[in-house]
Amino acid sequence: MTSIKLKLKESEVQQLKEAASSFNNEPGELINVLHKAQEIFGYLPAEVQEVVAQEMNVSVAKVYGVVTFYSFFTMLPKGRYPISICTGTACYVRGAEKVLEEFKRILKVPVGETTPDGKFSITCLRCVGACGLAPVVMVGDKTYGRVTTDGVKDILKEYEDAE
Amino acid sequence: MIKLTIDSRTVEVEKGTTIFHAAKKLDIEIPTLCYMNLGDLKIEHKPGGCRVCVVEVEGRRNLAPACATECFDGMVVQTHSIRVLNARKTVLELILSDHPFDCLICAKSGNCDLQDMAIKMGVRSIPYQGEKSTYKPDFSPAIIRDMDKCIMCRRCETMCNDFQTVGVLSGVNRGFEAVVAPAFERDLDHSECTYCGQCVAVCPTGALTEVDHTTQLIRDLADPEKKVVVQTAPAVRAALGEAFGMEPGTLVTGKMVAALRRLGFDYVFDTDFAADLTIMEEGTELLDRLTRFLGGDKQVKLPMLTSCCPGWVNFFEYHFPDMRDIPSTARSPQQMFGAVAKTYFADKIDTKRDEMVVVSVMPCVAKKYECTREEFKVNGNPDVDYSISTRELAMLIKRSNMDFNSLPEEDFDKPMGESTGAAVIFGTTGGVIEAAVRSAYEIHTGKSLKKIDFEQLRGIEGIRSASVDFDGVEIRIGIAHGLGHARKLLEDIKAGNSEYHAIEIMACPGGCVGGGGQPLHHGNPQIIKARQKAIYAEDAGKPIRKSHENPSIIKLYEEFLGKPMSEKAHELLHTKYFDKKMKDVLLD
Repeated sequence: MTSIKLKLKESEVQQLKEAASSFNNEPGELINVLHKAQEIFGYLPAEVQEVVAQEMNVSVAKVYGVVTFYSFFTMLPKGRYPISICTGTACYVRGAEKVLEEFKRILKVPVGETTPDGKFSITCLRCVGACGLAPVVMVGDKTYGRVTTDGVKDILKEYEDAE
Repeated sequence: MIKLTIDSRTVEVEKGTTIFHAAKKLDIEIPTLCYMNLGDLKIEHKPGGCRVCVVEVEGRRNLAPACATECFDGMVVQTHSIRVLNARKTVLELILSDHPFDCLICAKSGNCDLQDMAIKMGVRSIPYQGEKSTYKPDFSPAIIRDMDKCIMCRRCETMCNDFQTVGVLSGVNRGFEAVVAPAFERDLDHSECTYCGQCVAVCPTGALTEVDHTTQLIRDLADPEKKVVVQTAPAVRAALGEAFGMEPGTLVTGKMVAALRRLGFDYVFDTDFAADLTIMEEGTELLDRLTRFLGGDKQVKLPMLTSCCPGWVNFFEYHFPDMRDIPSTARSPQQMFGAVAKTYFADKIDTKRDEMVVVSVMPCVAKKYECTREEFKVNGNPDVDYSISTRELAMLIKRSNMDFNSLPEEDFDKPMGESTGAAVIFGTTGGVIEAAVRSAYEIHTGKSLKKIDFEQLRGIEGIRSASVDFDGVEIRIGIAHGLGHARKLLEDIKAGNSEYHAIEIMACPGGCVGGGGQPLHHGNPQIIKARQKAIYAEDAGKPIRKSHENPSIIKLYEEFLGKPMSEKAHELLHTKYFDKKMKDVLLD
């Protein structure tokens, strides 16, 4: 844990508080509120979890327990272009593992982390419902099908001059 | 009612009963590891996680965890079929496959539920070899967490979250990486942990233990330059005997004193002396607040809350810091003792402060932390140097090769070993307030009590209330033990719904008798009740039973302190509290 406290934006904290109250601040709705929180902040740093705990009247330890249990939740900020590689059964048997390795090799970051320039992050997910296109990769909302290891650098190229 | 068969015997139980309880009705003890039931304290922990209690249910494909499976009519259960016995052994082997093999040097060795179970199941090898989970050990001032030894029974979570409502511990991560930890896997020292030690008291393995000061103590005892003074808390004498095979509830006051003397302490004193002193200060403070309140002063803070329990003090500093002007400012008996020992008594024996070592024997883990608080130090030298638990004392006695059971009964040294029955009952829930009432009544009314026992204040219910007639004025008293119960009373005060004048709070179940530093009760709440009974028996047998009649206390005021709440008393015997609330989000 770093000791440097992150300063959250007041407007985003307000949004989170509203989200919590839309679920009546019911402790049983913790997962739903965490989904909203991740939508608002992009990830769930300790400071956000503390607000959630306070709003939902549960302990911070419990919130952290839920955040670390579900792979959907992340405590690390995602890149501006979040790359998700499907490692569901169909994609896996058609070479998703190799595609993933290629992304990791080129971007030099492990799964779950973001490149130092904040541009790309790599995560794995399980089945996007496009098994016919296996192996599938998503960058943000855009879907790429039948991705090969050679195709990885072409995908990344698309975002080279995006900024 | 439901009728079922367990091991070919028929039993009738109410709907909703688990197989475990139905078997118990037939005196069949199904082995358990994660399960915990503290009866009267209304804590039943049955996560069904360890799978040691599995039984065979006719018609069911897989084995059922007895602690978490409800009975149905016509159910046929076998608790020791070969399938069950093999499964239990396999479960144990799997748990042990991710557990360090350091039983010989583990603090819990000989007192470990996991070790006992491995012996019971006849585990002779660990056939599963592979990766082991490892975590950074966490050393706080009071509790050590060694999560390599955690078996995920999650009893600690139940105590911390449900019973104490402290909420420091939670299961975090998933699968092989899963572990019980504070938020963001911080150290306990950086969490809202109160150090009540109830997690330590229920941990079945060596994952949670107390900080051990015995090595330091042996070194100090061997040092001829040092005067080593010991004080023993009231609840210790009602539990220490258990470590030497005595029945729970056996009082061992005299033998304990003899043992401490043989260990080499220069002065064997009693925290009870300081408990009497606490009553003089806290009782006077209560009377002062009451008198002002009854005189129409609306500023006065009522109810007054007791402040002897360091776990409780931590709790309100973290969770209710805005209410920290309500508890009594009186220090705990441990700290009053230290402050008086290193001034009044040090002068008497012509010893300098830094040549004196004050050690306390406490039923408590939080006391270890309390000694380290900055406000209880003078130029960096603590009033109480360190505290050892009842368990550590038992270990020291065994290590010193003493036959505890055959020791003679000896008396505490004077002056700080003299105490009354009122002080002894500090060790149980309801005791501090009863002691306070005994003195406050007599001082307020000028009359002598006809009946010293206040039965209405005694018991084991989590929250109790009673009223005492102060010669026409009704004094309403609340009592809570367990921080979850304390929280309820605090929330009432916050909401303006509290009708009490005084409230006693102790963090542990049953009060100090059920403290985190006591010999392990291994889930048997009857042991806590037996200790409570012993405490009241010691009180009843004391020649003096009211704190303000303790001759050594009277002399202490005459020679040194002046009167209760005097300037000197304030300096040495009172304290202030801090806002320790974790600062939430830092906004601009």
